[in-house]
Amino acid sequence: MDGQPTPRILLCGETALSIEFGDAIDASINRRVHALADHLRSGSLAGILELNPTYRSLFVQYDPWELSHERLLMLIEEGLSATRARPAVQRDPVEIPVCYGMEFGPDLDVVAAIHGLTSDAVVALHAAPVYDVVMVGFTPGFPYLSGLDKRLETPRKASPRKVVPAGSVGIADRQTGIYSIDSPGGWQIIGRTPVRLFDLERADPFLVKPGDRLLFTPIPREDFEGLAHS
Amino acid sequence: MRILEPGPLATIQDLGRRGYRDRGVPLSGAMDQTALRVANGLVGNAPQAAGIEITAGGFRAELTGEVRFAVTGPEMEIRVNQEAIPPWTTCTASGGDILTVGLAKQGLRAYLALSGGIDVPPVMGSRSTYLRGGFGGFRGRALMKGDILAIARTPGPPFPMRRAPSSLIPPYSEHPKLRVVLGPQDDYITPDGLALFLGAEYAVTARCDRMGILLEGPRIAHRFGADIISDGTLPGAVQVPGNGQPALLGADCQTTGGYVKVATVISSDLPLVAQIVPGGTVSFETVTLLQAREITLKREYQLRSFHAAGSHSA
Repeated sequence: MDGQPTPRILLCGETALSIEFGDAIDASINRRVHALADHLRSGSLAGILELNPTYRSLFVQYDPWELSHERLLMLIEEGLSATRARPAVQRDPVEIPVCYGMEFGPDLDVVAAIHGLTSDAVVALHAAPVYDVVMVGFTPGFPYLSGLDKRLETPRKASPRKVVPAGSVGIADRQTGIYSIDSPGGWQIIGRTPVRLFDLERADPFLVKPGDRLLFTPIPREDFEGLAHS
Repeated sequence: MRILEPGPLATIQDLGRRGYRDRGVPLSGAMDQTALRVANGLVGNAPQAAGIEITAGGFRAELTGEVRFAVTGPEMEIRVNQEAIPPWTTCTASGGDILTVGLAKQGLRAYLALSGGIDVPPVMGSRSTYLRGGFGGFRGRALMKGDILAIARTPGPPFPMRRAPSSLIPPYSEHPKLRVVLGPQDDYITPDGLALFLGAEYAVTARCDRMGILLEGPRIAHRFGADIISDGTLPGAVQVPGNGQPALLGADCQTTGGYVKVATVISSDLPLVAQIVPGGTVSFETVTLLQAREITLKREYQLRSFHAAGSHSA
C-alpha cells in the first residue's frame, strides 16, 4: 500500500458517497482526490452522474437503477490501486490579472494592518505563488485555491457583505478564491479581476476547473478598465 | 400560454442540471420530482420535459391553443374557467381557457405539465431555473404576469387520457416522517444528539425555500464542533450547524458545504420534503442503505412502468 492510508467511504444516502482521503487541507491529499476523479472520468461512466472533487474527498453521485453500490465500490478500489502509481498531470497555470486595493479591494488595508505588513507587501505575497484549484463550489465557477502564503492567513469578516461583486479576490483563513458572480460573502476582499470566471456567453462558461493551476498578475486601474470593456 | 398571475413563486423546472456540479452549478430542477415525472407521463412527455413549479398556489394562466395538460402535487383546487378538475389526471383545454391553480390544502408545490413541454432554451443541458445564478428557465427568472410561454409541439405518438394510480402519489403530510440513511458525518454528533435527532419532532420555520429548510427543535450536540473541511452536499442532506438546529437542503443547495451532515433523506422521500410548510413538523427515522436502495428501486420501477404504459398504448 506504499504507506498511504486507505480512504474512508462515507454514505450520502443511497445515491451518493464521499471518498475521504484525510481530514486536512493538504496538497498531497488533494492530489489523490483529483487523481481518482481523473481515473474514474477516463473509464466507463455508466451510472455515475457526478464526480465532484473537494479539498480532501471525492463526492460521487450515482444512479442506483444503473449502478449498484457494490459495483461502484469495486470501480473505486480499482481506481485507487491504478492511481497510486501515477501522479496527477500538472496543467499550465491560468493567468488572472488583478487590480489590488482601491474600490476593487476594500479590505487590502485591513489585511495589511492585521499582519503588520504594507499593502504592497500583501500584493507581492499574494501574487507570488502558483495556486492549485482544489475545488470549484459555492457559486458556478468559484475556485477555492490552496497555496496561500502563511503570512496572509486572515479570518473572515465578522459580518458578511450583502453583495460582493463578481471578480472579487478574497482571503478566508488559509484559502483564497475568486467570486464568480455577484453574491453575498464574508471573505476579506483585496482586489478584483476584470476577467469573468463564469460567463454563459462563452463556449465554455467556466474559466477554471478543479485540478487546474492559477496565478495572479497585478495590473493598474487603466488595464482593469481596458480589460473590463474588451 | 400567457401567465395572468404567477402567485408567490412560479418557475420552469425539469429534472435538474447534471454534469456541472464540479464547477459549482447546483442540481436545481423540480423539488418534487415524482410529481413532475408523473405529470409528464400523463401528457405523453418524456420524464425530463420542462413544466412549471407553482409555489403556494395563486396561479392563473390563459391557454392560447388546444392542449392536454396535467397538474400534480398535494390536494388543491384546480379549475379550467369555472369547472373544477381533478389533479393527477390528463385534462384537455382549448384556446382562451383560463387555468387556475389554488393553494394546496396541505403542502406547497404543484406541477403543471403541458403536452410537448415548455419550450425554453436549455442552459447547460437543462431548462431548470436557477434563480440565484440568474439562468435557465424563462430568462433566468421567476415567471411574471404577462409572460408568454411557448409549448414545444413535438408530433409524438398518441397517448391515453388517464389518471395516475394512487400508489404513485407520495403520502404527503404536514407532519411527515422522513426516512434517512445516517452519514456522512453522523460520527460528529454525540450519542445523545443522535437520539434526539431521531426521537424528536422538529418544527418547520419560515426560512423555507428551494435552497433549504431550517428546522427548530431540541438542540443536537456535536462531538468536535459543527465545522468540517467543505465537502460535497446534495438535496436531502441534513446539515447541523453550530446552533444545533437541523437544516434540510433543497434542489438549489450549494454543491459544497462546511457544516456537519448527520444524515441524508432517501430520494423517495424528497417529494415529502418539497411539500413541507412553515407551521408543520418533521421527524426522522433511519433505514439501512439496503432498505433505502430497495425502496428507491421499487419506486423507480413504478415510475418507469407508468411512463412506458403511456407511451405505447394509445
